[in-house]
Parts: sequence; structure tokens; C-alpha cells
Amino acid sequence: MKLRNTLREFTRYPTALAGVVIILLLIGVSIYTMIALPYKEAVLLWRGGVGVWDENPKLVPPAWINYFNKIRVPETIVLNSADGTATKTVISSSGDIGETDILFTFDYPYEGFPQDVLIYFTATYAIKQPHAALTWITPDGREILAGSFSVAPTQTFYASQDERLQRKLNTDLPQEGLFLDPNAPVDAPVAVEGTYKLLVQVFTFESDASVDAKMVIVGKVYGLAGTDHQRRDLMIALLWGTPLALAFGLLAALGTTFTTMVISALGAWFGGWVDGIIQRITEVNMVLPFLSILIMVGTFYSRSLWLMLGVTILLSIFGGTIKTYRAIFLQVKESPYIEAARAYGASNGRIIVQYLVPRIVPLLIPALVTLIPTYVFLEASLAVLGLGDPVMPTWGKIINDAQQNGALYQGLYYWILEPAILLMITGLAFSMVGFAMDRIFNPRLRSL
Amino acid sequence: MARSDSQLLHVEDLVLHFRTSKGAVQAVDKVNFDLGYNEAVVVLGESGCGKTSLAKAILRLLPRNISAYSGKVFLDGVDVMTMSDEEFRHGVRWVKMSLVPQAAMNSLNPVLKVGDQVAEPVMIHHGVKKEEALVLAKKMFDHVGVPEDFLGRYAFELSGGMRQRVAIAMALVTAPSLIVLDEPTSALDVLTQASIFNVLKRIKHNLETSYILITHDIATSSELADRVAVMYAGQIVEIGDAGRFFPSPLHPYSQKLMASVPRLRGDRDLEFITGQPPSLLDLPAGCRFAERCPKRFDRCTQDPPVIEKEGRQVKCWLFA
Repeated sequence: MKLRNTLREFTRYPTALAGVVIILLLIGVSIYTMIALPYKEAVLLWRGGVGVWDENPKLVPPAWINYFNKIRVPETIVLNSADGTATKTVISSSGDIGETDILFTFDYPYEGFPQDVLIYFTATYAIKQPHAALTWITPDGREILAGSFSVAPTQTFYASQDERLQRKLNTDLPQEGLFLDPNAPVDAPVAVEGTYKLLVQVFTFESDASVDAKMVIVGKVYGLAGTDHQRRDLMIALLWGTPLALAFGLLAALGTTFTTMVISALGAWFGGWVDGIIQRITEVNMVLPFLSILIMVGTFYSRSLWLMLGVTILLSIFGGTIKTYRAIFLQVKESPYIEAARAYGASNGRIIVQYLVPRIVPLLIPALVTLIPTYVFLEASLAVLGLGDPVMPTWGKIINDAQQNGALYQGLYYWILEPAILLMITGLAFSMVGFAMDRIFNPRLRSL
Repeated sequence: MARSDSQLLHVEDLVLHFRTSKGAVQAVDKVNFDLGYNEAVVVLGESGCGKTSLAKAILRLLPRNISAYSGKVFLDGVDVMTMSDEEFRHGVRWVKMSLVPQAAMNSLNPVLKVGDQVAEPVMIHHGVKKEEALVLAKKMFDHVGVPEDFLGRYAFELSGGMRQRVAIAMALVTAPSLIVLDEPTSALDVLTQASIFNVLKRIKHNLETSYILITHDIATSSELADRVAVMYAGQIVEIGDAGRFFPSPLHPYSQKLMASVPRLRGDRDLEFITGQPPSLLDLPAGCRFAERCPKRFDRCTQDPPVIEKEGRQVKCWLFA
């Protein structure tokens, strides 16, 4: 009944409700992440490696940015003859010589240019390399011979780095030249919109040789979150950053608050040398610089998130709150009901747990809730300082990457803003809930 | 006084001194008394004369700053002073001896339901489950006249008188043979006082418990008292049968104390004792009451012996 009253009172604070909704959303995202993208997979993806992210554009903003831009830029388009998204016709095989035509057809409703055009070849042959000829057909009917070369078992054609194409199109950026509208003014180039075709004619010189090709139009926007300097999808880090941030914040807050409470209760109850030792440790610890110690541990020992969590908890236990709680406990300790409990034979443990500690809970719960974002920020700060976990993708690490790669100088605001906004929203949500709880548990604050 | 096994409680040379920055406070100084089975002794005296300290010394509820704590306390023939703290906690507190503390109204845990609170001592000492303990708590509520549905309430939902009764129920719940009541009715109105004293009387009659009743309220306590002890400056100056004490107290201090009780009829001025009781920090040599005593004479500069007179013990040179 009391709980229901508290909840009802809680609903009187719209900010608190908003906070709860945000927290629930974050928890939902965390659960979804952990199910949809298991940790090991995420770590592997985030580490990247050869071939994992090659098709992704590099350093591009999220796709929804198109809604705000005057010139729409393309998303990545992938067509593959092996999975049927491109038509592949084997024309004739008179003797050993054969021709395979692979036709890529795609709609291009964008004024902007792609980042690159890639064609991946996979060929099987014994000795004689097949030969490929690329014909680029624009919507307005122009045909451009984009390339002509021998095909190795695995070979990639990069339009942006093809010098012959550069010379042919007379531009430094041949991947843009392929799309450029020849009638557009020079100072405002636009792409021709419509259906493009790329015909890849492959001549094979062996009877059982075969060739497949995959074309990737590397876009200039990507997914919901964009990509970073290693072409990684930022969504992975944003998603996995949520459970990691929540776990770090919650564990650190719970760990410190409850241990602090119990230790200060022990000190206040037993007094004497127990209290003395606890207070002296606290005083010494309060003088020690917290962040510097963490940086030292990170630099010289290990940057594992869980080790950092442990050190954080350890250093925070003997903090200022121990003094606050002790002051309250000392007062409560002298209450008549505590003496009564002693008189009827309650043990020290029982008195501490059943009699002292409950008196501090109204103070403790709001403090706990407002403490969570503090630790979320701490984790992010460590990551920004380059002391993030080397393996796990977290929000702080995105900011760290962005900062190290000069995201702001290059105008890549999304790179910094996405994790920063998530951090701020998380902090805001917990603060709103915490402040409301503070008012519910400590009604005297309401007049303020 | 010899130790006798027929007594429930036998206190011998009990000393409790507190250490303060100004020196030792002699709150309880060589106190001797006996208490029989199913007997109530009322401890009277001014504020600060050591009554509550006596109760705490008997129950060993000591603050941190004690400088001396000695003597013998035999309970049922066993010297409880030689027990370790844990033995004392398990074997004496609430098993043989319980306490209704001075601020009984505030001695209930604000975050526990009163039923659970009353059940607590049973759970601690008899190791029974909460359900069984609550059955017992309910029975105790009947004894002290608290409605059963109060079991689920919190202390702040109860009136002062009800809280007092709950505190008494808590003292009774483990059926101890001795209950120390430290001013159980001091903050209550006269009607509630009367009903609580009736409860105490009934319990004494039904459950055959003994009481040490510490109070300022001489008139009401006379209802319950079998014996009366008068404390002054950390010592018992007179102890004896209530029937004889109330009409004719022997010690000059007792006489003055009794004379200060208001009476409805008779146009007698209320008396008071001039001066202050001596500071327990710096006690005078000889009789501690001498300075304020109207009957003092030469011998009062020496410490008076305890003298048997009319079946009472009185610590005064007048009767030597």
C-alpha cells in the first residue's frame, strides 16, 4: 500500500515520468542489443579487420541527414551477380573462348555523388586470366568505357583510384565523373538522376572458367548512425554503449552506496578504534586525487572496463558520503528505540541491519539514482582520455575516436554529437528521476 | 545482608561511574538491595540521583564512557556480573529481565510494525518463526489492552498511551521474571497512567512478575509498590516495606520527599528541599544529604552506616 502511494506520488512529477520513460527505453535498447547483437559478435565487428567493413563508406553521416540536406546523397548500393541482384548471361562458348555479360542496373535518385564505385571480381580459371571490359551507361544514354583489364582470382576495381578513368573523364574524382551531369554549371556539379547501367563483359579463355562480379556504389550516408574512420558502423558502438554505460553506472553506484552505508553504520555503531580506522582511511582517501589514480591504473596496469569499475568502487567507498551517513547514524544510534533493542537482546548485526540502516534509506535511494549518471560520465571521461576498455565499444570511445581523428575540424559533427547526446539524455533521465525521488522521500525539500 | 536464594534479585555493592572530562560521575555508588519473587519495588528520588543509571547497571546497558562498573548482581542465584556480554545478551536480557525504557513512547522502531516489534524479542531469544512469535505478540496485546488490529500498525500511528502499552507488551512477551520500568508513565495523562498501572497490577497478579519501578510519581506508584527504595546522590538512603514507608518515612530526605506530594485536603503548604542535590562529580564526605538536612548534627560529617529499623534499612546517623 505504501509502495502504491509512493508510485502515485511519483506520477505527479511529469519530469520524473519522462525520466522513467527514457530509462525504460535505454533498458529496452540494452536488452535488444544483447539479444540481437551478441557481445562476441559485436566485439569482432568493432575490431574490424580485412574485409569486414570494406563496402562501407568512410566517415559519412547517418542516412536520415538526407531529410535536412538540399542535395540528397546516395546510400550504399550493392549488386551482386552471385546472388541474383545483377543479371548474368553466359553468351557463347565456342571452343575455349566464352563471354559472360554481367549487367548491373540501379536507380539513382540523388543529386549528390557517391564516395566510390567498387567492383569486386571473383574468377576461377586455370592459367589464362579472363579479360573484363566495363561499360558505364548513364540515364541520358551516354556510354563510357570505364575500364578494361585482366581479372585475377580476386580483384577489385576502384573507380576513385583508376588513373585511366581519371584521364578519360578529365577529373580528379572519376567516381563523380561517372555520374556528373555535363550540362551542370562547373561551380555546382550535380549528378544525373535516373537508371544507370553497368555492363561488365568478361571474356574467358578456358572452357570451365567462370566469373562473378559485385558492384558497390559506396554512398555518402550510412545507416542510422553513420560510420567512422575505419568504415565501422557507429550503431554497433552506440547500441553496445547503452548496456555497458548502464551496467557501469548501476554497478558502481550500487557498489559504492551500499558498501559505504554498511561501513559507516559499522563505524558509527561500534565506535572506538573501528570508527577511528574508517574515518582515517576516509580522510586520507579524500585527499588522494581520484581521477589521477584511475589514469595511473589505466596507464600502467590494465584498461579493462571491469577493473576500472572495481577501482572506482574501491576509491569511492571511502568518500565524503561516509561522513554524511556517519553523522546520521550517530544521531540515530542514540535514539531510545536503539537502546530498547539493545535491552531486549538484539545482536549488533540485527541492530545495524534492522534498526540503523532503514533510517538512511530515504536519503540513500535518491542519492543512488543521481549517482548512476555520475559514473556513466566517469566511464565516458576515462574513454575520452584514452583509457577506455581496449575491446568494448562504448560511447566514450566513439568520442575518443572522433576527437583523435579531428571530427570537429572536418565537420563530422554527427560523430561526436551522437554519443554525447546519448550521454546527456542518460544523465538527464536519471537526474529527473532522482530529484523527484528526493522530493518524495524528503518532503521538506518540497517548499524549496 | 547475606545472599539468599529465596530472592529473585540480590544486588551487592553495585557501582557504576561515568568518565567525563570533568572527572568521574558517581551515578551508582555501592547500592545494595534485594527483590523477592512477585514483588514490586518502587525507586524514588529526584532527577539526577542515579535511578536510571541503576536500571542500566542492572541490565548492563552501558554507555562507552564508564570508569567503574563493579559489584555483584545475583539473579535467581546466578551472578550475572561475571557473564560475558554475549552470555548476558542470550541468557539474561529479556529472558529473565526486561526493560520498559524511560522514553518508552520513543523506544519503538519507526520502520517496524509494532506487532513485528513485539515479536522481535521472541524471535531473537526463542528462535521461533515470525508467525508463532506474532501469535504470542497478539496474546500480549490482549494482556496490556491494545486492540489486536494494531499489530500491523507503525508506532507513529499509535497514541502515546498505546505506544506505552506496546512497550510493556514487548517487555512481557518473553515472560521474564523481572521487569524494570523506567518512568513508564511520565509523559502520559492521569487517565492513561491509571489504566497502565492497572495493567501492571493485573500482570503482576496473573503472571507473577517482579517489578523495579522507577518513578517520580509517588502517589500513583503507591498503588503498585510492595517495597520502596529512596535514592539520593547515587545511593539508596532508605528501603523498606511500602505499607510502613508511606505513612512514616524514616530518613530526613524521604520525609521531605513525601511532604512535597500534593494532597487535595488540608491547607498544608507544599514543602521543598532547599539547595541542590550535590554534584555527582564532587560528592561531599560523610552523609551526602547533610548539607540540605534540617536535622544534621556532628556525626553527619562521617559516612552513615545502613541501620535496620522497624524492618527497614535506613542510611542515617539519626537511627544509630
